[in-house]
Amino acid sequence: MVAVDAPRDRPEGDRLEGDRRHVGRVLCLLLVLLLALVAILSLGHGASGVSAPRVLADWLAGRQIAPTDRIVLVDIRLPRLLTGILVGAGLAVSGAVMQGLFRNPLADPGLLGVSAGASLGAISGIVLGGMLPAAILSFTGWHLVPLAAFGGGWLAMLLLYGISTRRGRTSVATMLLAGIALAAMIGALSGLIVYYANDSQLRDLTFWGLGSLAGASWTKILAAGPLIAAALLAAPFLARGLNGLALGEAAAAHVGIRVQRVKAVAILTAAAATGASVAISGGIGFVGIVVPHLLRLLTGPDHRWLLVNSALLGASVLVCADMVSRTVIAPAELPIGIITAMIGGPFFMWVLLSNRRVIDL
Amino acid sequence: MPRLIRLAAAAALACASPALADPHPDASRVLSLGGAVTEIVHALGQQDRLVGRDTTSSFPPEVLALPDVGYVRALSSEGVLSVQPDLILSEEGAGPPETIALLQEAGIPFETIPEGHDAEGLARKVEAVAEALGVPDAAGPVIEEIRADLARVEQANAGGGQKKRVLFILSLQGGRVMAGGEGSGADAIIRLAGAENAVSGFQGYKPMTDEAVTAAAPDVILMMQRGDAQADSDHNASLAELAAMPALAVTPAVRDGAVVTMDGLLLLGFGPRTGAAALELHDAIYGAGS
Repeated sequence: MVAVDAPRDRPEGDRLEGDRRHVGRVLCLLLVLLLALVAILSLGHGASGVSAPRVLADWLAGRQIAPTDRIVLVDIRLPRLLTGILVGAGLAVSGAVMQGLFRNPLADPGLLGVSAGASLGAISGIVLGGMLPAAILSFTGWHLVPLAAFGGGWLAMLLLYGISTRRGRTSVATMLLAGIALAAMIGALSGLIVYYANDSQLRDLTFWGLGSLAGASWTKILAAGPLIAAALLAAPFLARGLNGLALGEAAAAHVGIRVQRVKAVAILTAAAATGASVAISGGIGFVGIVVPHLLRLLTGPDHRWLLVNSALLGASVLVCADMVSRTVIAPAELPIGIITAMIGGPFFMWVLLSNRRVIDL
Repeated sequence: MPRLIRLAAAAALACASPALADPHPDASRVLSLGGAVTEIVHALGQQDRLVGRDTTSSFPPEVLALPDVGYVRALSSEGVLSVQPDLILSEEGAGPPETIALLQEAGIPFETIPEGHDAEGLARKVEAVAEALGVPDAAGPVIEEIRADLARVEQANAGGGQKKRVLFILSLQGGRVMAGGEGSGADAIIRLAGAENAVSGFQGYKPMTDEAVTAAAPDVILMMQRGDAQADSDHNASLAELAAMPALAVTPAVRDGAVVTMDGLLLLGFGPRTGAAALELHDAIYGAGS
């Protein structure tokens, strides 16, 4: 049951069977609490054993804070927490938007070419970056790889959008197929560059592909944060349009949805959030697919709660995964992509198996 | 005027032996990043000052007891801070840069040890570590030992004669020869051992086509041990494996059974044991006592 424009005057006690909007509302509240909880846990835990409550108490009492404590809390844990929230929310919302747009449960921002393009950008940055003129290198500094990843992601997305849009109308099916062709071409180019990489570059590439929030910094948050935040704020306005699109493009147009505009905004939103996320954290899989699905099982396909809840749950999941990544083999660190896949994969499988009668993908 | 002369003399001295690292004689909590760097710290007798290591530091075995802060190019800032180092010694290429910047902000001295694969480079590495630890005098004996081993290799080769051509095979995954080309560590140790790399024309470790392997016609094939004592001691098994590949079967190396396997860290570590490794490799290639 998809609510396109649900009657607002129905009394609370008189819910239709299958109406799960109230679940969405309650869940939203719970997810806000969950995010607050994991955020506090995340600030309090880390390899160095710096105690956040103690430092906070010292700070409030106006006592001197050791420089190391300040660096651990303000320059390491806090940016990581914020990056985790931004990236997790961004990836989960992009996933939910893409699944709505393509009307396909397996859709993710990868279909827009963003991930493949970003990966090509990162690979080029890591392997070929040294060949750039010194002036450019001194300007970008260590941000060369994130910038290249971001540029690559957007370039691929714009190319794909251009290919699949004719006379002001975007064909989602063309986009899907052209995306496969583009991914193959990008894969070949990436392979070519990887071939010329040396050993240490190869290891850098592997680590990039597994994702990490280890490079989190205030600079990166200032650069990528506004973009992801804008996408997150835009997403709720897509809810009604995506609900309509679930009926099919023609039906959606008939109920008064401006289909082309919804498509364009959905694509831009997902590309902005994913592009910026991948640029600052590398390739982190699974969040974009599993988080929206889990929520759909609980609250149904209504995007009005799905998008908001996806952002909240995605943020919590990634912050949790990062906490494991930072502490499980401390003082070393496990790439976060390994953790999201290792915990998330089996969990999702269990959810699917235990709901086999209810859901039929 | 004398002051000026003194200044000039000081400047000349400084130029003659540029400092490789700032001395930190009081550092008592040293974090060592890079297998070779850790080995050098031990060779200098300063192992008691170590409080942490990276994943590539695995020799001598007692360093394994130290906390491991992860792979040197993917360090976590808080992980490094958690071992509370007051000096970090690192091989080149430690990262990510954000982490290094944070560590510098935290006021921890960070000394990068220059990379080097030849006799001079090895000596510079040892000197840099010794200077950073504030024990410059300890470097001499370690460097002498490396030089003595390399000198014995040179002496053995002084008789002239054809240099043997050695092919380093990193892996034979899926029947594909991954060989060590120019600029690779394998290329450097083969040269140090007084032999010649059988392949050229590509950089680093790359897969080779079968025909190029045959055309390279190596006299000796060099491989790393797998860390499995039983498999490593079975020379015939590795030879049989190589002979099973047509491209390798026709090479002089396989025909003559000239296959050398050595411990990977010893062979490609480029630390204080490299002199000994070159000598061992030389003896294995040319036969001991040659």
